[in-house]
Amino acid sequence: MIVPEPAKSDHFTATRNACKMCTPLGACLAFSGVEGCVPFLHGSQGCATYIRRYLISHFREPMDIASSNFGEHAAIFGGQTNLEMGLANVIRSYEPAVIGIATTCLSETIGDDMPMFLHQFTSKYADPTPLPHLVHASTPSYSGSHFDGYMEAVFALAKTLAKKGQTQANLVNMIPGVVSPADIRHLKDILSDFGLDYVMLPDYSERMDGVSWDSYQRIPEGGTTVTQLNSMGAAAGSIEFATTHHKSQTAGEYLASEFGVENHRMDLPIGIGATDKFFDALEKLSGKTTPRRHQMDRGRLVDSYVDGHKYCFGKRAILYGEEDFVIALASFLSEIGIVPVMIASGGKSGKLLANIERVLPDPSVATVMDGVDFEEITDAAMDMHADLIIGNSKGFKLSQKLDVPLVRVGLPIHDRMGASRIVHLGYQGTQYLYDLIVNTLLDVKQRTSEVGYTYI
Amino acid sequence: MNGHNIMTTAIENNIRLLEARKAQVQTKGSEPFNIACEKQSVAGSVSQRACVFCGSRVVLYPICDALHVIHGPIGCASYTWDIRGSVSSGPQLHRMSFSTDLQEKDVIYGGEKKLEKALLELIAHYNPKAAFVYATCIVGLIGDDMDAVCRRVSARTGIDVIPVQSEGFAGSKKDGYSAACHALDQLVGTGDTSDIKPLSINILGDFNIGGETWVIKDYYEKMGLQVVSTITGDGRVDDIRKAHGASLNVVQCSGSMKGLARMMKEKYGTPFMHVSYFGIEDMSRALYEVADHFGDKDLLKRAQDMVRDEVMRIMPELRKIRQDLEGKKAAIYTGGAFKAFSLVRSLRTLGVQTTIAGSQTGNPTDYKQLAELCDDGTIILDDTNPLELAKFIQETDTDLLIGGVKERPIAYKLGVAFCDHNHERKDCLAGFEGMLNFAREVHGSLCSPVWKFSPFRQKHKEAVGSSQTTEKPKATYIPTNVIKPGETSGGGGESKFATLTIGATEVAK
Repeated sequence: MIVPEPAKSDHFTATRNACKMCTPLGACLAFSGVEGCVPFLHGSQGCATYIRRYLISHFREPMDIASSNFGEHAAIFGGQTNLEMGLANVIRSYEPAVIGIATTCLSETIGDDMPMFLHQFTSKYADPTPLPHLVHASTPSYSGSHFDGYMEAVFALAKTLAKKGQTQANLVNMIPGVVSPADIRHLKDILSDFGLDYVMLPDYSERMDGVSWDSYQRIPEGGTTVTQLNSMGAAAGSIEFATTHHKSQTAGEYLASEFGVENHRMDLPIGIGATDKFFDALEKLSGKTTPRRHQMDRGRLVDSYVDGHKYCFGKRAILYGEEDFVIALASFLSEIGIVPVMIASGGKSGKLLANIERVLPDPSVATVMDGVDFEEITDAAMDMHADLIIGNSKGFKLSQKLDVPLVRVGLPIHDRMGASRIVHLGYQGTQYLYDLIVNTLLDVKQRTSEVGYTYI
Repeated sequence: MNGHNIMTTAIENNIRLLEARKAQVQTKGSEPFNIACEKQSVAGSVSQRACVFCGSRVVLYPICDALHVIHGPIGCASYTWDIRGSVSSGPQLHRMSFSTDLQEKDVIYGGEKKLEKALLELIAHYNPKAAFVYATCIVGLIGDDMDAVCRRVSARTGIDVIPVQSEGFAGSKKDGYSAACHALDQLVGTGDTSDIKPLSINILGDFNIGGETWVIKDYYEKMGLQVVSTITGDGRVDDIRKAHGASLNVVQCSGSMKGLARMMKEKYGTPFMHVSYFGIEDMSRALYEVADHFGDKDLLKRAQDMVRDEVMRIMPELRKIRQDLEGKKAAIYTGGAFKAFSLVRSLRTLGVQTTIAGSQTGNPTDYKQLAELCDDGTIILDDTNPLELAKFIQETDTDLLIGGVKERPIAYKLGVAFCDHNHERKDCLAGFEGMLNFAREVHGSLCSPVWKFSPFRQKHKEAVGSSQTTEKPKATYIPTNVIKPGETSGGGGESKFATLTIGATEVAK
């Protein structure tokens, strides 16, 4: 007999179609930004395989992630033997410079003592051949999202590898957060244009968006070297795009407290306001004015804002994704007259609302939701009368249901080519997003009108 | 292909086999065949396998009127949301991803209450016919009694709430299949079978990817058989309940569904047979063997007529495709070994040789059969990894890789064509029309003009000079969606199609 209780409810304890991934995925991505680094998950085999499959569909690049491959024995008696065997086999097959080890919910729950395991491994095997650097990030998937895992791995890299050194006046640590390979390439160009030396933490701009090969690369080329990471403690300053990070320290904060490297923490530079702040920091660190080509980029962006303003004004957008990302997007949209009526994230730092209130001139226009899934987003979106959805490809069903176009940005984009090549950041990235958004609105206007708007 | 050819066209690489992996790699013909398999993956080997949870999740996924709830932290649910191309003719509930999304406090205090609340709310809202609750790695560790929760929820809601013991670390993907079969076994035998005829079957182990189950079901129905249930493609709980009323279980993908077939044989005496629906030969053989099982002349006659019509329909285009593909070399890496057999045969139909064949979960009998089927020099792999695949693809100058998305970048980076034949694919590759889709996909990838820019291909061309093996001839055939029945033009390579020996009969051209 069916007991009709509880009644149909709007509240669900379960997460339905999550708007987030797990912490180890973020850690694996961050570790891919170190030259010669093999990401290694200490847990069962499936985690590595699922995460590989998920990231390959987005980046369309090889993504080898090793696993210590827990069996029942390891789950009961601890994973030390598997960890050691796994590390030894990775060293044999890949000859890595670094192994980035992230602990999954399994090894975290049974309480494997990773510092001790790694110490014992190192003392057992370090002679005669030096071992690769072993960097451990604690990433239980029951705590936070892929964003937190990413930040944790970035923090672990800085903590394990940065060293004290004579301050180099021209050296900047660039810590960009969860961004695309093209974003990282663009940031490198900007830093170079200011004449700055930099350590990019992490830099997967080549590895996760690589060239076609003439022979198989066991570990794809590219990434920040260990030597570069060592020098982070000697930088004159760090620029860190991290708004909502809420666990312990960020990498930039660690470098500031440990080595006195001044940390410039700011929002992801999307939109003119946020990018201006980034360029102000670069001017300060380099002692140079913004190079002409970037001034021109900014000027063209302003010019295009004007050219397209009528198509944007008053349009209503739904945003979702990592908290840092939606804060930056909301700020940008408010510059061009698009109302971010709904700002949602699967992340739950507790800082989303306050930051939205900070970046929006009139925060009352936005419904802000953190810790939500796609079904909650969909339910809330039904009454939003949105013109536009901006987010990753997992909003496709939402877009279908609302019959509202989806502008695909961020991570993951599983159903289109070119996710790695989207520039979101800086004046150039904003320009790309702006054109994409306005053209999407124009496309709707054209398709739904008899006039056709063939000549605007 | 022979060993000598492999050596002369090999490209040097610096990939070495791990000592612990050597017994799981063999070259057919070079030594007595005795491959090691059914082992836990070597730690640190970057196995392409997933986990117990994955095995259960893929098998039960297509049951579209059931609720599928994953009890654990979010990753396992995120990475399996709408992942298979298993389509439904009705409910779409299976395409949702439900998770208890366990948090730190749940890990400390236990997740039972959260699971119970989640299930009650979801069942009230979505009104499913049954619910499957999947255990992930930490469920056992934190001591949640999933069985008890499921019993309580079942009692309150009146639907079957079935725990699936799929803790990721507790074995391999195969153990996940077994857990899924145990879950299904709880449904089978609970439905009314009074309307089931003697000439009836269950289709086991087809997952309706791109409508494959519909294609297969249509064949059987045209033969005159009643299809009682399709497990699990386009699956329905109530159909599964009465599956025991069918006279025969026809099992594809033996790895995943053999368990259920065995349980049903033991409990209900339902006989079962293994078939494959990939390729003309195996598809035809499946229909004939099912007809043979019933010993019914009308069934057989209709099967023969259908096979003849279908083969005639697709053959003209296959013949044209074959012209472009003759002499190409392919690597196959599949989940189960059974699919690999069909692929070796399907590729032969297209004039393509198999240089590498492997699977994640094959057993000794599977590999023996695979080796017998393959030519000398073929490399047989169990539970391989990206480096080994890259090594052997380079050494055998392979032109095409058939695998899943995880294997795709290995192929593409090396300028090698690729066909997705994984359980996550979205296109129908089963049956006669599936063979045509397969041929088109393989042809479309192999004959694309883009490979001429591949640095690996260019380097290889220089390394072997004028060897014909690296020259990719221009495509002489560009497929359209229009098939002209009975069209026979096509030129070279036809001789092998003059007659096809298929199962119980022979189909003349």
